[in-house]
Amino acid sequence: MRSSLVLSPRDLEFLLHEWLQVETLTKRERYAEHSRETFDAVLELAEQIATEQFAPHNRKADENEPHVVDGKVVLIPEVAAALRVFAEAGMTAAALPEELGGLQLPAVVNQAVHVWFQAANIGTSAYPFLTMANANLLVAHATPEQVQTYVPPMAEGRWFGTMALSEPQAGSSLADITTRAVPQDDGSYRLTGNKMWISAGDHELTENIVHLVLAKAPGGPAGVKGISLFIVPKFLVREDGSLGERNDVVLAGLNHKMGYRGTTNTLLNFGEGVHTPGGQPGAVGFLVGEQHRGLTYMFHMMNEARIGVGMGATGLGYTGYLHALDYARDRTQGRPLTGKDPATPPVPIIEHPDVRRMLLAGKSYVEGGLALGLYCARLVDEERTAEDEAERQRAHLLLEMLTPIAKSWPSQWCLAADDLAIQVHGGYGYTRDYPVEQFYRDNRLNPIHEGTHGVQALDLLGRKVVMSGGAGLSLLGETIAATTARAAGTQWADLGEQLDGLVQQLGAVTATLWGQGDPQVALANASVYLEAAGHVVVGWLWLEQALATEGRDGDFYTGKRQAARYFQHWELPKVGPQLALLASLDTTVLEMRSDWF
Amino acid sequence: MNIVVLVKQVPDSGSERKLDPSDNTVARATADNVINEMDEYAIEEALTVKEAQGGEVTVLTVGPDTATDAIRKALSMGADKAVHVSDPAIHGSCAVQTSAVIAAALSQLEYDLVLCGAESTDGQVSVMPALLSERLGIPQLSGARKLTIEGSMAKIERQTDGGYWEVEAPLPAIVSTWDTINEPRYPSFKGIMAAKKKPVETKTLADLGIDASTVGLATATSKVVDFAGRPPKGEGVKVADEGDGADKLVGYLAAQKIV
Repeated sequence: MRSSLVLSPRDLEFLLHEWLQVETLTKRERYAEHSRETFDAVLELAEQIATEQFAPHNRKADENEPHVVDGKVVLIPEVAAALRVFAEAGMTAAALPEELGGLQLPAVVNQAVHVWFQAANIGTSAYPFLTMANANLLVAHATPEQVQTYVPPMAEGRWFGTMALSEPQAGSSLADITTRAVPQDDGSYRLTGNKMWISAGDHELTENIVHLVLAKAPGGPAGVKGISLFIVPKFLVREDGSLGERNDVVLAGLNHKMGYRGTTNTLLNFGEGVHTPGGQPGAVGFLVGEQHRGLTYMFHMMNEARIGVGMGATGLGYTGYLHALDYARDRTQGRPLTGKDPATPPVPIIEHPDVRRMLLAGKSYVEGGLALGLYCARLVDEERTAEDEAERQRAHLLLEMLTPIAKSWPSQWCLAADDLAIQVHGGYGYTRDYPVEQFYRDNRLNPIHEGTHGVQALDLLGRKVVMSGGAGLSLLGETIAATTARAAGTQWADLGEQLDGLVQQLGAVTATLWGQGDPQVALANASVYLEAAGHVVVGWLWLEQALATEGRDGDFYTGKRQAARYFQHWELPKVGPQLALLASLDTTVLEMRSDWF
Repeated sequence: MNIVVLVKQVPDSGSERKLDPSDNTVARATADNVINEMDEYAIEEALTVKEAQGGEVTVLTVGPDTATDAIRKALSMGADKAVHVSDPAIHGSCAVQTSAVIAAALSQLEYDLVLCGAESTDGQVSVMPALLSERLGIPQLSGARKLTIEGSMAKIERQTDGGYWEVEAPLPAIVSTWDTINEPRYPSFKGIMAAKKKPVETKTLADLGIDASTVGLATATSKVVDFAGRPPKGEGVKVADEGDGADKLVGYLAAQKIV
């Protein structure tokens, strides 16, 4: 199997085929046109384009931040060239239905395709990924006319899309947004307000940009229930699909970031009268679905985006780990404890146990993260195409449960893998002569955007584990128990028992937290809960992987088993103290006051 | 315009390549096999000619069953159909024997133009166009960096060390291409799906009317009799800079005939 510093094709093959058995999906009607052969071919093409067109300008895009000249965003030309190849290969449309020009690629394979680009160049790949999420939302919730107007040009890569939620004063708290949408006689709306942190909010890469904007229409209740969703194109679209007047949405400024520098990040002003479509100021917007239900629709996009963010974090961690591994095998320094004779040649640093410790930690994080992301994507396929309704419901519930973990766990631990990759490189890792510092800076965004770590923690403990009377948590427990039952009688029985115990404790802690009556106390330590639950889930997926290696020999499988043991012996023991802290209903943080700092 | 492109599956030149010590042939079973890189330029050129002039592009390969991957790649780039000659007796054939197989397969096809890469990255003997030219009695235009088809004539710029020669020949002709001729397209997802449905005809030596005893390692006109790996890197030379570092470096480079 060929090797790569971007991702491991061998690991992807193992996870997709030997573990998740994705070929079985081709028995379902939606995926009947596909086969192992087409899956392999699209992944190989993704690898090729990611390696040849995306990875080579990753550093250059980082060193040449987007800037504005005469009101227009200037990017290095390689970004547009790479995105053209991406679109021409049909990648943007891959998962869309056939009638919209797509290939109905299973979500799990599509996610594996994406992670090649995320690992190769997260900044450039953000543009089409936001576009795909935008198009998927429209397919799910917009009118057939709106879909016909906006989706095919996005699927072809001629237009890009954004999601415009946050405002300068309101990000995590969307209830406080102030952008207003006033209905017009012709059924359209006029929007006024400012949107902050809008990735890909402006650029000259495509002829049009389709913003999906949250705003408040008159008559709605206060808070998140009064938010509606609007399509606001940069250029209005005529009936024949051609571009018309310039809409009243303008770039107010670019944000200068620590990483992800190839992606423009913008402050956008809507309705300030810079342009006057139809002879008057106000950004023309078109309502998606019903009024006041915008956030529900947006969550459709955000759930997908959250799994995508987790995969991006995994991709960045994975490439960092592979670079560290390559460096450690090549770089010589020092001698082993058993042979200190200075006359002997120095050894590659991978011969030092502490370097292997860092690499093994990195391996357990990035391969665990990849398993988590692909498992969730496989659930998306189950949710869409499983044979009976009950199975589809199960997949939906489990996916709801796992989404905050799929977003946060890789954002934390695959970032840690990049941190370790720098450490393995030593002083060189801290210089800009090696790429690992960029991977770390890029990855540092992932615990922040698409719902911070803290927001995910509240989502998991405050919503997901209590929804439907705790059905999600029960389902997760049952699913893990099915795996641990398979482990009984194998060399992995002890890991199975360890997980059974932790799942039981997690359930008990959840009951304690919600049983004491004060939601403030229950949620004060939610991020610890998220981390503990995340480690249990990834520990379970390591058991799944270990079981999938049973009866197979060779370095690859032995390495998988060793990483599973590492996770069992070094990582899972971290969970017990976290659960104990939660069970104690500790209020140290809750009681702390601003003045006491 | 009927165009046949000769493609070969080879071990990836970017990964470790080995000879099988049991018979000194290329170890294909354990290698990461890909379409010969140089052939992608021939495919691209065929597709370009077809797009300008119409016609059909057929891919022809001789190789084990696993060579279907190379065929699929060519079809996903846009070729219309393929012929795959696969027969265990061909294993270990030399270039002369292989040319007899390809010539027989070509004789069963209609073609105006045969395109191939200037060399394969495994054997690198680069004689196939000449051998086929002789066997089929058609002109060869080798080493093209540019190809133009005008009526019934093919005209190329043959790349040379110092520049190029302009050479032309009547069709049908065989043209080999260098990597300077174009930039091969990537396949597309749609192309990958379409490739599944394109016809691939598999032929054996018997189908081509070739006596199996005339091909294969036993009767090959040339064989690898021995091989050795590249010697390991030496210790290198350390130059201590005592104010004369530059002189020492230049002296070293001169001794190595680098400057």
